[in-house]
Amino acid sequence: MTTQQAPAIQVRGMEKSYKELRVLRGVDFEVARGSIFALLGSNGAGKTTAVKILSTLLRPDAGTARVNGFDVATQAAKVRESISLTGQFAAVDEILSGRENLVLVARLRHLAHPGKVADDLLRRFSLTEAGGRKVSTYSGGMRRRLDIAMSLIGDPPAIFLDEPTTGLDPQARIEVWQAVKELAESGTTVLLTTQYLDEAEQLADRIAILHEGRIIVNGTLAELKRLLPPAKVEYIEKQPTLEDVFLSLVGAKA
Amino acid sequence: MSKHFLGDTTVLLGRSLRHITRSPDTIITTAIMPIAMMLMFVYVFGGAIRTGSDSSYVNYMLPGILLITVASGIAYTAYRLFMDMQGGIFERFQSMPTARSSVLWAHVLTSLVANLVSLVVVMLVALLMGFRSGAGVLAWLSVAGVLVLFTLALTWIAVIPGLSARTMEGASAFSYPLIFLPFLSSAFVPTDTMPGPLRVFAENQPVTSIVNAIRALFAEQPVGSDIWIALAWCAGILVVAYAFAMNTYRRKIS
Ligand SMILES: Nc1ncnc2c1ncn2[C@@H]1O[C@H](COP(=O)(O)OP(=O)(O)OP(=O)(O)O)[C@@H](O)[C@H]1O
Ligand SMILES: [Mg+2]
Repeated sequence: MTTQQAPAIQVRGMEKSYKELRVLRGVDFEVARGSIFALLGSNGAGKTTAVKILSTLLRPDAGTARVNGFDVATQAAKVRESISLTGQFAAVDEILSGRENLVLVARLRHLAHPGKVADDLLRRFSLTEAGGRKVSTYSGGMRRRLDIAMSLIGDPPAIFLDEPTTGLDPQARIEVWQAVKELAESGTTVLLTTQYLDEAEQLADRIAILHEGRIIVNGTLAELKRLLPPAKVEYIEKQPTLEDVFLSLVGAKA
Repeated sequence: MSKHFLGDTTVLLGRSLRHITRSPDTIITTAIMPIAMMLMFVYVFGGAIRTGSDSSYVNYMLPGILLITVASGIAYTAYRLFMDMQGGIFERFQSMPTARSSVLWAHVLTSLVANLVSLVVVMLVALLMGFRSGAGVLAWLSVAGVLVLFTLALTWIAVIPGLSARTMEGASAFSYPLIFLPFLSSAFVPTDTMPGPLRVFAENQPVTSIVNAIRALFAEQPVGSDIWIALAWCAGILVVAYAFAMNTYRRKIS
């Protein structure tokens, strides 16, 4: 029972350098089970590096990281069974069809009915019609949706999403957000990185900011807001944002 | 070895074979150069070349052409591996609970299949051009065995640039010297007309013994020590290239 209560992701003093470039200089954070954790940071802050270490693609120079209770360095195989990675750049097979991509991943995860798994996900990500087409004919958004669908196969307890909505149109972004929320509701732990502050606001239970190799703040949205001087009450007319306009014109249900 | 090694390798082999059937041009491109060389050698230079044997020149030069076919075919092996490394799909596979070396073995087996198909195509053209052999089943099997071993040896060489190259050109440039090597051997002209140092090189490099062994098998002549020297070369190259490739791979995935 205690393992159930232990955090899904636990990072202690994680360091990583590329040659003399010290990217991570002692990163600490924890992610509670079933929660959504957003890692914010500017370009080159080291978000992707941290995600790669957690998904056993890179070895940290120092520090420890545990995912689902398993150490990324010494129990890499167990970690891989516990996670799924959606990298910063869509990792799909261009020459295969969308459905074949899903079936491929389902087979590699040793699931019993790869075809059914694929069809269900195609439906869920509105890709049924495009499912038989080569991925090289997909738009950026379709590719990303397929990429995320591939990561959901096998229901791993933790999912890493590295900038999942970069390059998506507002509607596709909302679809991805919806999928992420559903994941967390069903008990999956989600670690996502993003450069969009509103994405973190929308989704995350906790937000951490990675800056110059360290986590400089880590808290809930409310806690983060409290770091600033108290808000003054000002009366301003509520103008619709461009996003509101766009979404009402294209008829999305936000 | 992971309990999923065979299953995962089969799934990934199916994937890359599908790549090939969807772009059969790689097989055709592989076969075209050796076929063009064969046409040129037989119809342009062939009349002027004295091989010292009374069988046709196609019979004489086919073994060398077969080796050139493999040498140009493995450039695609490196290319396919390189594309996987670039595209992010490699990282997806590595972050999944898949047998670790399956990705590599799938590429190696695909290389073997693709090269064997190219070899058959070249062989058929040679038949049209008048290649004849009275070799029995055992001799043909021996030829096939030598070619398989040669392909595997060169494939493992190709894995190294495929994993470590930074550009697409870099990934396939290594094959040029390999394609050139048969010209400095007994493949097209007898070595005894070559000047001193070149002749020493030609007579002691692997291609000469492999060519001589295949030629003798086709001509139903005793293979002598050539076959053993040929097999030793292939096995030696295979072992060394495999060790280097695996070392490169391990550095990549950790
Ligand atoms: N393989 C590598 N070799 C050398 N330097 C690297 C390598 N990978 C990343 N870096 C450097 O490490 C730093 C952090 O990179 P990382 O990709 O983790 O940043 P990021 O926060 O994901 O940025 P972005 O928002 O642009 O995706 C950058 O300065 C980058 O140039
Ligand atoms: Mg990044």
